[in-house]
Amino acid sequence: MSKTYETVIGLEVHVELATKTKIFCGCSTEFGGAPNTHTCPVCTGMPGSLPVLNKAVVEKAIAVGLATNCNITRNCKFDRKNYFYPDNPQNYQISQLYYPICRDGKVEIEVEGKKKFVRIHEIHMEEDAGKLVHDPFTDSSLVDFNRSGVPLIEIVSEPDMRSAEEVIAYLEKLRLIIQYLGASDCKLNEGSMRADVNLSVRELGSEKFGTRTETKNLNSFKAIARAIENERERQIDLIESGEKVIQETRRWDDTKEYSYPMRSKEDAQDYRYFPDPDLVPIIISDEWMESIRAAQPELRDEKRIRYREEYDIPEYDIDIITGSKKMADIFEETISLGASPKKVSNWLMVETMRLMKEHELDADELKFSAKNLAALIDLVEAKTINGTVAKEVFEKIFTDDIDPEKYVEENGLKTVNDSGALTKTIEEIVAANPKSVEDYKSGKEKAIGFLVGQTMKAMQGKADPGEVNRILKEILSK
Amino acid sequence: MEISKLTAVELGKKIKSGELKVTDVTKAYLDRIEKLEKDIKAFVTVDAENAMEQAKEIQGKIDSGELSSPLAGVPVAIKDNMCTEGMLTSCSSKILSNFIPTYTADAVLALKSAGTVIIGKTNMDEFAMGSTSETSYYGATKNPWDLSKVPGGSSGGSAAAVAAELAPYALGSDTGGSIRQPAAFCGVTGIKPTYGRVSRYGLIAYGSSLDQIGPIAKDVTDCAAILEIICRHDPKDSTSYNENMDYIGDGITDKGSDFMSALVDDVKGMKIGIPRDYFGEGIDEDVKKNVLAAADILREKGAVIEEFDLGMVEYAIPAYYIIASAEASSNLERFDGVKYGYRTAEYNDLHNMYKKSRSEGFGPEVQRRIMLGSFVLSSGYYDAYYVKALKTKALIKKAFDDAFAKYDVILGPVAPTTAPKIGESLSDPLKMYLGDIYTVSVNLAGIPGISLPCGFDKNGMPVGLQLLGQTFDEKSVIRAAYSFECSRKYERPALLAERGL
Repeated sequence: MSKTYETVIGLEVHVELATKTKIFCGCSTEFGGAPNTHTCPVCTGMPGSLPVLNKAVVEKAIAVGLATNCNITRNCKFDRKNYFYPDNPQNYQISQLYYPICRDGKVEIEVEGKKKFVRIHEIHMEEDAGKLVHDPFTDSSLVDFNRSGVPLIEIVSEPDMRSAEEVIAYLEKLRLIIQYLGASDCKLNEGSMRADVNLSVRELGSEKFGTRTETKNLNSFKAIARAIENERERQIDLIESGEKVIQETRRWDDTKEYSYPMRSKEDAQDYRYFPDPDLVPIIISDEWMESIRAAQPELRDEKRIRYREEYDIPEYDIDIITGSKKMADIFEETISLGASPKKVSNWLMVETMRLMKEHELDADELKFSAKNLAALIDLVEAKTINGTVAKEVFEKIFTDDIDPEKYVEENGLKTVNDSGALTKTIEEIVAANPKSVEDYKSGKEKAIGFLVGQTMKAMQGKADPGEVNRILKEILSK
Repeated sequence: MEISKLTAVELGKKIKSGELKVTDVTKAYLDRIEKLEKDIKAFVTVDAENAMEQAKEIQGKIDSGELSSPLAGVPVAIKDNMCTEGMLTSCSSKILSNFIPTYTADAVLALKSAGTVIIGKTNMDEFAMGSTSETSYYGATKNPWDLSKVPGGSSGGSAAAVAAELAPYALGSDTGGSIRQPAAFCGVTGIKPTYGRVSRYGLIAYGSSLDQIGPIAKDVTDCAAILEIICRHDPKDSTSYNENMDYIGDGITDKGSDFMSALVDDVKGMKIGIPRDYFGEGIDEDVKKNVLAAADILREKGAVIEEFDLGMVEYAIPAYYIIASAEASSNLERFDGVKYGYRTAEYNDLHNMYKKSRSEGFGPEVQRRIMLGSFVLSSGYYDAYYVKALKTKALIKKAFDDAFAKYDVILGPVAPTTAPKIGESLSDPLKMYLGDIYTVSVNLAGIPGISLPCGFDKNGMPVGLQLLGQTFDEKSVIRAAYSFECSRKYERPALLAERGL
């Protein structure tokens, strides 16, 4: 490669909003369910049915707009995007073209210590389509409209990103903002967050953009990174060999690590957009916007600053904990129940992370309660249980969110604090292991470890190792 | 006493007093349908068995005092573009010729809870696109005044049913005159309410920003009584008017929906404007004469009548056909053979299935408007046609606002001519569109209008008088119409006497 190329990337990110009901009817948005059970005349496009806007969708879209520094369109409208496809019951999708709800925003990203802004062109609201299911037995396609009418926002960035790392940083940033707002769970693998990549290349220093392609079907951050690298190379190869990049939509196949064209600009459809006459303009009053602004929760960047000020925990821990709204919530709630920030952070950073890895879970999927973690920390503090037992109990909390006090009680895991009983056990161990006693006395300090271990075993782990050590030394020094 | 000669409100009174039984009334209309329907073809569906069952049930509720509406127990015919649960709702189209809705339109629900008996679904122009009721998949409806003539459209079945006394009243829908013009052609009365007064939920859309359901009956009193029942806020329709709306137009107030209180024979001091531009080229002399004679009657009764220039009249038809067709092209996309309705017998792929189902399922007039609408919305033409038409619509509304700053009511003809012969109009669609000149601007402006009989032409065909009011002021229109109506007697089509009916 003789020339140096710059990659120019813009993203179209679809996010499913976490509302209880659909955007234009009262049907549930719950995932799953038998086909066509979360449907009504509106979301199946029956004749004579009419859409009625769900206010919660507008509020969530505004919340995302405010958190991404957008201007909110105070008088916005819905438009119809007309195209025929069986998953689209009306054969038009209600979306926004002329007056999207948010415009001209920006978010700051950081890659390898370098900060930059990615501008947001617009955010618009729209409805999701149904799902086509192919039935191989009858060789026919069936339609499930459960997803039809689930609210989406589409966040369209400016072509401000220059590498896969910047794209991932931008997506992470959006994901965290939206999760913190409670506007969506943003799961790429479940489709509640979907990103289409618009990419072009140009010679470094050139002012003009190259011809771009749009790549779809990217279901993970890794797939996005691979697709970007692949598309960048494909376009450079074309240019280097004197060919032209065609403006087209491509579909990424992550298993084959290859993309293929879906449709080119020439056969692009004319969607015949026009304002939906069934819906009235949405007028966003000062009061409404201010009430949404006032209800905005603390976002990640603010949280990080506060953690630095309030809690004496390492920067690395702050990053990990605030990297998931779920984990930050558990962290703060456990502290509010009286546990020390450092101890809570330790449980999250060590045992929680280890178990997440073991169970292949994301932080967002944690399901244990702060109450039980706080109770566990209390039990350790009060020396009711020792560290080893605590880890064992925590595994139960992690998987089943059990009440640790009850669990310790029921399983007899309490440390034996009856020093008489402990002394008696130690005396028996000492008597049964004259060799080790001799070794210790002859200066082999390590031998005491064996005796402690034997004692713990005899106590079924329910002793405080510090206490065992103290009593042992006392007896041995006699 | 002949049941069919009574108005809906008169029937309601006699049912309430026990003088008439709901079952007898329903049976009387079903018998008439039996005798006349083969000549009129006013209905797509008549469900006699179901009607009699409803009648029995409703009689029980009236006896127990559960129902007290002035129309309780009175039968009604519903235009076939309003969804009725469990009953074919075809829009008089092949593409919906097997469509049985699972829900009922809000306006029909309102009538049902008032205790009216639904006797059937009336014929119409396919998808309400037409002015003659000839484009129906089920065949043309005939005008009871002259069976060789059209009843008007698109609510021709509803108007013909009322005129032939196959139902005491009916619901119609009006996108560009589809209640008022057939009412005029059939010598009955119809109201197109202010846009937003009656819920559109369950009305199969033609032009969503223009469609409005309204009553067709023998007189103004019936229309006011029906409108009072069907006019209500519906949370299922975003464009449905509700009293808490903070803005309904500059200087515009809701004059109330207690329409029956406006049934007062008194127009003293009422200011009525007659648009000069409604009486230019193309209007039939007999129509002009009868409409101006009606104005004279109102003047004699004390109204202050003045001629004025409304303006924008020549732009109404192009603006209407662009907006209505654009919306229709999108509204009718859902009829694709996938989920319900007609699907072509043989196809080789999805695209081919769409194309064949729609080409075979829609008639020529519907296809024409879908193509027209798709064209004006297509990229490169949107601004030149659709956006321009919307601007024209706003100017038309302004012309009416200016007029209503001076007048309480505007008076004029409903259509330039009386009913044409069957087969005459379809050969020249442009000419047919021009017949909508006095009605379409009313939908574009969203204002209420009434059509009521005011005389006959030299061939004995009814002439309609149109009275228009400012948005949410149906009451002035009803009052003027009622006062005029008090000066004349209701006339039945000669056919009924000839047949001894």
